[in-house]
Amino acid sequence: MSLFFIVALPFFGALLPGLMNPAGRSACGGVTFTVSLAAFVGLLTNLPSVLAGEVVKVQVNWLPSLGLNFSLMLDGLGFFFAFLILGIGLLIIAYARHYLSRDDNMGEFFTYLLLFQGAMVGIVLSDNILLLLVFWELTSLSSFLLIGYWKHLPEGRQGARMALTVTGMGGLSMIAGMLLLGQIVGSYDLSVILSSRELIQADPRYLPALILILLGCFTKSAQFPFHFWLPHAMAAPTPVSAYLHSATMVKAGIFLMARMWPVLSGTPEWFAIVTTAGLITMVLGAVIALFKHDLKALLAFSTVSHLGLITMLLGTGTAFGALAAMFHILNHATFKAALFMSAGIIDHETHTRDIRRLGGLRRLMPITFAIATLAALSMAGIPLLNGFLSKEMMLEEAHHTVLFQSHWLVPALATLGSLFSAAYCFRLISHTFLGPVRDDYPSKPHDPGLGLWMPPSILVILVVVIGLAPFLAEPFVKLVTASVLGDTAEVPKAHFKIWHGLTPALYMSIIATVGGLLVLAAFKPLLKAWDAAPRPEAKVIFEAVIQIAVSTARGLILPLHNGAFTRYAAIGSVVMIAVGAYAWQTGTVGAPTRTVQAAGAVPIAGWAMLVAATVALMFLHRNRLFSLMLIGIVGLMVSIGFIFFSAPDLAMTQFTVEVVTIILLLLALNFLPKQTPVESTVLRRVRDAGVGIAGGLATFMLSYHYLLRDSVATPISEFHLANSYKGGGGTNVVNVILVDFRGFDTYGEIIVLGIAALLIYALTETLLNGPVRARLLNREPDLPQAGDTHPMMMVVLTRVMMPLVLLVGFYIFLRGHNEPGGGFIAGLIVSIAVVMQYMASGFAWTSARLKYPYHGVIGAGVLIAGFTGMGAWFFSKPFLTSDFTYVRIPPFQKFELATAALFDLGVFLAVVGAVMLSLESFSRLARRANMPDSEYPMDIDPSRTDPPPDKAGSMTQEGV
Amino acid sequence: MEILVASAIGIMTAAGLYLVLRLRTFPVILGMSLLTYAVNVFLFASGRLTTAAPPVLRDDMSVYTDPLPQALVLTAIVISFGMTAVVVMIGLGAFLGSNDDHVDDQPEGAQDQAEGQS
Repeated sequence: MSLFFIVALPFFGALLPGLMNPAGRSACGGVTFTVSLAAFVGLLTNLPSVLAGEVVKVQVNWLPSLGLNFSLMLDGLGFFFAFLILGIGLLIIAYARHYLSRDDNMGEFFTYLLLFQGAMVGIVLSDNILLLLVFWELTSLSSFLLIGYWKHLPEGRQGARMALTVTGMGGLSMIAGMLLLGQIVGSYDLSVILSSRELIQADPRYLPALILILLGCFTKSAQFPFHFWLPHAMAAPTPVSAYLHSATMVKAGIFLMARMWPVLSGTPEWFAIVTTAGLITMVLGAVIALFKHDLKALLAFSTVSHLGLITMLLGTGTAFGALAAMFHILNHATFKAALFMSAGIIDHETHTRDIRRLGGLRRLMPITFAIATLAALSMAGIPLLNGFLSKEMMLEEAHHTVLFQSHWLVPALATLGSLFSAAYCFRLISHTFLGPVRDDYPSKPHDPGLGLWMPPSILVILVVVIGLAPFLAEPFVKLVTASVLGDTAEVPKAHFKIWHGLTPALYMSIIATVGGLLVLAAFKPLLKAWDAAPRPEAKVIFEAVIQIAVSTARGLILPLHNGAFTRYAAIGSVVMIAVGAYAWQTGTVGAPTRTVQAAGAVPIAGWAMLVAATVALMFLHRNRLFSLMLIGIVGLMVSIGFIFFSAPDLAMTQFTVEVVTIILLLLALNFLPKQTPVESTVLRRVRDAGVGIAGGLATFMLSYHYLLRDSVATPISEFHLANSYKGGGGTNVVNVILVDFRGFDTYGEIIVLGIAALLIYALTETLLNGPVRARLLNREPDLPQAGDTHPMMMVVLTRVMMPLVLLVGFYIFLRGHNEPGGGFIAGLIVSIAVVMQYMASGFAWTSARLKYPYHGVIGAGVLIAGFTGMGAWFFSKPFLTSDFTYVRIPPFQKFELATAALFDLGVFLAVVGAVMLSLESFSRLARRANMPDSEYPMDIDPSRTDPPPDKAGSMTQEGV
Repeated sequence: MEILVASAIGIMTAAGLYLVLRLRTFPVILGMSLLTYAVNVFLFASGRLTTAAPPVLRDDMSVYTDPLPQALVLTAIVISFGMTAVVVMIGLGAFLGSNDDHVDDQPEGAQDQAEGQS
């Protein structure tokens, strides 16, 4: 199967569990399992080529200009990790199906799980470091969702947030590191980078790049000092912990270190940083794990410790270290996933994970006991189990490692780590399973069903098989190691054997095991000492750091953004004017090239009306109704100006928009206060007037300047004028530009318009479902209501006019391509026709007669326009390429058929839908506010307030 | 004629800015509408002023005004209607929710004062 499918399957498959949710838990788990299985089988089909030592590659250019290509590759290392991710993923899915309770939303869980799986597979198969970064961030995000899956638990949310913060920060620094690396090499392709070892290590940017990339790896793989997030992520459901912390998420950092091993390792810097961090993490994690009482916390810290071990092995920079690291990754994935699942079983059956409340489970849960004990003994490094083999190799490697000129530092610490590791494994076994059977378990434990114990037992079989017959795993691990090493070193000849003879590693191992038993024997006093010892609590420190960051941000932002929006507007305007003035000062002004056109009396009169209305608006804006009339005059004069200056399309648009805008503002004003009170001081008004005048002067000077000069370059409009008829088939150049030359712009604009209308609808819905609803229902109109809500003359007139207006709209639409008009204007005209009905005959009457919801009309418009554009694809033309032809149907004259007209139909529908949806939303508010709308038009409202209420009351009493 | 158009742009901008800086939502919306006019005319005028030469191709005409600014302004007019409607809705929603149509955040307890003014 192509690598694309292996990566894409989990992502597309993530759509399925949510859909299958209503079909039941088994269907939901089943579909997830099938998706994973398909990807797994797809991976296995590539096994022959991987075994043959080939590197499978596929590539699609994505953004070649950025060096970002969707290129994938599969070599031994990638196959190994993908195998772990998908294989253990399958077991986890089967386990989770039985683990999650009926209250948990299984579809959601499996959706997140598949997203995460896809992102992980993407990381290990990426052949482009930018693509790898994308997947890397995706794992951070999807693991956030998984860890916080139990949203009702505060620990879950906090753990998820902490994991996201830490790994997200690491991811950011890794982006920087990868970009540096890409700049050094000149390519973002891994294959190129991996073969540029000398170039990279000689570059002065090597060290910063190394540190940044390692920050990303260490945060992801929970290396000291970033280890603290991992235990808190244990608040997740156990299948998540088992998946993320045994085989996948935390191994991503290890994977990357292994992937970059050929180019980054082998320098003193790499050795010092990676080995030290790994060593500290290993010892620290093991010591803390011993004293944890929560089973999962114990396993979490043991994971931290084992990750440290692997990191240290990679840090040594020797081929043998890499071999041991790869082997231990395999072993750790098997026994740790089995242990996590066993912990989940114990939690599931006894309802507690606290070791202090457990004990004696060996008789009650024999199967679980067998699974957990074998896995734990393997983790402790007991012979005949696979953990022993890789631990021996680690000790062997540690024995040869010289850190800080000390021959004993690494071996001693490695032995100490193994000692504590053995101790917590023994504690896990003895305090949970051994000892007398208790009678105070929170729930009576017994072995779970097959679904829960089957997945871990498969893993434990692997643990034993590899432990007994290591030569079975050897060729595969060596193949993986070969692809880690690249061409930098030979794969070591050493064989995986249980018995190497009396080597130093064996003595260290014996010390560790015996020491572990001794520590367990002395556990009680040690615990007392541990509890008494002061130690920094990572969570508190983390939260303090976050708190400091938050309060610093508040301290900086709140004084600037204090909620005084008018102040922002004033500052913004002044700055813009100042910048413009500066640009004006420093630029050069050429001499006028155009002659001033003389103005007749009519233009001057129009100008005078516009100016008078504008100035009056400034002074009389407190009377809101009057100010609406004034702004109407301004709009009207602007429309007339458009006609005068040869823009009939603009004039028609402006005029119709004016009508709907005024209706809209009137609808809003219905609820708003009718007067604006005097609040601002005289000084403030003078200041604002100053800002206004400065801005006005600026625009005046700028426009006057360019009106008297020709453009510096030839305008592209010549092209439009020349090709409008030839290429677009229309003589109205403005319309042809809209629907043809710049159709893509128009397409975007109708979508924006539709979104604006939907936003208004959504806001209305929110208002009507919230506390505002009650307020609206109780609201008394603040002005006397007209007696006849639907005056008969208006009703009759608007109904008679309706077909005429629709006809005009239709005509305007049809002629749009060749004469002023088109979809925008026709849409506005038809909207006005419908609005007239709303106004005259009432909301209920009109909406009862409208068949199509306006959302649908908007959608239909956008779709028609979109499909028209896509139609061009069938003729191998780019999106929105138009075509036209002339046809003649006998009784009519020859006329034109253009795809642009279909596009214009989409524009028309979108405009009608958007305008009507906005206006309708406003009137729905009004409808809630006032009396229930009458079914009948031309009715008389009996509750009119025209006659004073007392008089009306007496009249009713008298029976008049 | 140029000075008429330029001064109209300037005056509409000045009044628009003044109204945008007012304290209540309604005048601010009016101010934005004025600014919209000013900007639209400004953009339109960048095609320079030509009378009696609409960009509709005719056999007997050879001079047309620049059609491109017209096409851009046409969509701008329609979009600005959508934006005005959204802003009005937000302003109205805020007023209905808090009985206060101030643009700036008000100190706690100031809402009651606004209630009497209508």
